Amino acid sequence: MKYMDEYRDPEAVKQLADAIHNTVKRPWTLMEICGGQTHAIVRFGLDELLPKHITLLHGPGCPVCVTPVEKIDRAIAISRMPGVIFCSFGDMLRVPGTTGDLLQARAQGADVRVVYSPTDAVRIAQDNPDSQVVFFAVGFETTAPANAMAVITAFRQEVPNFSMLVSHVLVPPAMEAILSSPQCRVQGFLAAGHVCSIMGTSEYLPIAQRYRIPVVVTGFEPIDLLHGIYLCVKQLEEGRFEVENAYVRAVKDDGNVPAQQLVADVFEVTTRTWRGVGDIPFSGLHLRPEFRQFDAEVRFDVADTVAKEDAECRSGLVLQGLLNPTDCPAFGKRCTPEHPLGATMVSSEGACAAYYRYRRYAREVR
Amino acid sequence: MCLAIPGKIVNIDVQNVWTRNGLVDFGGVTRDVNLTCVPEAAPGDYVLVHVGMAISCIDAEEAQQVFAYLREIGELADLELGEETTQ
Ligand code: SF4
Repeated sequence: MKYMDEYRDPEAVKQLADAIHNTVKRPWTLMEICGGQTHAIVRFGLDELLPKHITLLHGPGCPVCVTPVEKIDRAIAISRMPGVIFCSFGDMLRVPGTTGDLLQARAQGADVRVVYSPTDAVRIAQDNPDSQVVFFAVGFETTAPANAMAVITAFRQEVPNFSMLVSHVLVPPAMEAILSSPQCRVQGFLAAGHVCSIMGTSEYLPIAQRYRIPVVVTGFEPIDLLHGIYLCVKQLEEGRFEVENAYVRAVKDDGNVPAQQLVADVFEVTTRTWRGVGDIPFSGLHLRPEFRQFDAEVRFDVADTVAKEDAECRSGLVLQGLLNPTDCPAFGKRCTPEHPLGATMVSSEGACAAYYRYRRYAREVR
Repeated sequence: MCLAIPGKIVNIDVQNVWTRNGLVDFGGVTRDVNLTCVPEAAPGDYVLVHVGMAISCIDAEEAQQVFAYLREIGELADLELGEETTQ
């Protein structure tokens, strides 16, 4: 496919890997924010093309992984209510809550449906006026415009039986949380390309300045990722800490202004709990008061039980780049994609699942 | 989850004043996509699509930048190699 295949060209990959080898003189630790990038790095084995003393840490950028247990519990509780059609992106179905997941709820009779787009859920609501249709709105800045569009559509077309369980998260506050941790080892960031397609690059300027850390906006194909890594290590070697863009074909400095407007019309910033990490101030989005009628947590009485994480799971450390998945004692033994103990083993963008899936595990136990 | 796929706009169909939809071709598979956030996009343009919504236009010129850069360092390397062999 155009704009994909050419960015996987082996010759160009090799050239960039060579350029990185020629640039790097000292050991550096970089973090890619986005789970999509983690997935691509592990899938294409890009980390293995890098000099030995370049470490890539995998960041918290997997919305499936960071959605807090209590939201999953509420999703399951709502899906079990009579007359509810619960719609979600597919990868949320196997995320473990305190007891069970949405897939088990479905097996036990709940009407849980996988949708491709949030507006599909609005259409399901229009087609089923006697049911309550709830959409599980998770995601980063990238997904917020599509979720906002679904709310606007339900509002304009007066769809009273549609609502959203919102668990939206924002990237820059999470980066700051990582950088403020005393155990932080990150020296350079690869920023999440599609988040920046929406938000632009300006949010990262104060982070780069305050923490004296390079931030390079990076895409998702092998050439994009290696180009981002190259610019990042070049800055580190030269003692610079700037915001650079290695994904210019899809990211403008000021981002996508109509999309930002759409998100601002529907959502406002709130404190959000990140699974395994804890509360991060100003790190999430919830519905503005004028759209509260579409808030599933207002519409349904979801009395909370005590949310509990599996005692063995270390995904909080994995999400902060403090533990490599293979160093978790449960990895590949009691925890596998078939029987995940934590969310990072569910989504193919979770670091644990990416490591398990792409041969690394097999090689390491050999 | 933030996966976005590049596709080519086939046609645009403005259904109401607040949204703009169109058919987008992903290597032979077409899909209805919400184009509200890319008001500048026209049929024939490439857009990045995430969960049914176009999140940005792909800049055809900028898309070549990394390859131009690679050619440059390639030529530089050839030049250095050439010098080494003539010395
Ligand atoms: S391997 Fe499983 S138990 Fe260990 S951190 Fe990852 S998800 Fe949690």
